[in-house]
Amino acid sequence: MKKITSLEDLRKIKEQSKDLTSARSGGKMRIIVGMGTCGIAAGAREVMTAILQELEKRGLTDVAVETTGCIGMCQKEPLVDVIRPGEPRTTYGEVGPGDVPRIIVEHIVNGNIVEDKVVGQTD
Amino acid sequence: MLQDLSQYILDIAENSLKAEASRVEIEVFEDTRGDLITLKVTDNGYGMDDEQVSAIENPFFTTRTERRVGLGIPFLKQASDTCGGRFEIRSVKGRGTVVEASFKRDCIDCPPLGDIPATVMTLMVGWPERDFLFRFNFDDELFETGTEELVQVLQDRSLLVTPEVALWISRYIEQGIYHLRTGGNEDFEENNQP
Repeated sequence: MKKITSLEDLRKIKEQSKDLTSARSGGKMRIIVGMGTCGIAAGAREVMTAILQELEKRGLTDVAVETTGCIGMCQKEPLVDVIRPGEPRTTYGEVGPGDVPRIIVEHIVNGNIVEDKVVGQTD
Repeated sequence: MLQDLSQYILDIAENSLKAEASRVEIEVFEDTRGDLITLKVTDNGYGMDDEQVSAIENPFFTTRTERRVGLGIPFLKQASDTCGGRFEIRSVKGRGTVVEASFKRDCIDCPPLGDIPATVMTLMVGWPERDFLFRFNFDDELFETGTEELVQVLQDRSLLVTPEVALWISRYIEQGIYHLRTGGNEDFEENNQP
């Protein structure tokens, strides 16, 4: 069976998903992954992939996924920040792909901080 | 050290983006006859003068203030040197930088290619306003894609960051590389179930 994806499939994704556009609008929740050398070495890219997969699986289109550089807390990488509008910025440390579903369900969907992974909070 | 070549590419490209490059070209050359793998990252960022270029291989040189060591380039150079490869940085202040590193494929310490699709996807999601061109050369064959081509289809650059599109891009690149490396085997879905 030949089943090769092509740019035509990308066109279909665009056409079939009207909801896609809501991901870019402002005032939404944000997830920020540290992608400095330290983050990359600790597995930040795998965490990023896990985040995108979990958001897709749950159909969460109102969350923006971003990356940032090293913030000087290299020993706690991979670092993931979650920002809900109007709430303090929560930084999670030593996040593995396996922690991602929990952070997304508990924090993004239900609004509860995943205490055992938190390394800091700032306004 | 980073674990594989795809992580080095991500790290070097992140440097390009921090240098305000609006366009980054990522090329991988897998040469089975010359037994060589080469990575090349070309950007149009603000570049470096000769003094900075020679200093950058020193782990205790960095422009950042968050920490005082910069390990990305020294790691890559060391990995390349260990594998009998060539490492080169060419840069022109105000014009851009080219980082090129090669590795002997049969070297026991040659890092694996790693997840190159995830690297390109991560760059496109992290920096959707910048342009990326990705080329994978396998001997005489070429797979190529990039922001320009994708945005032409999407007609909206901001869609690059949506999970569905991002994961599709990763899969598209994975398939393209697989296709080249298996000599045109089209049974990608059957042989490469996620």
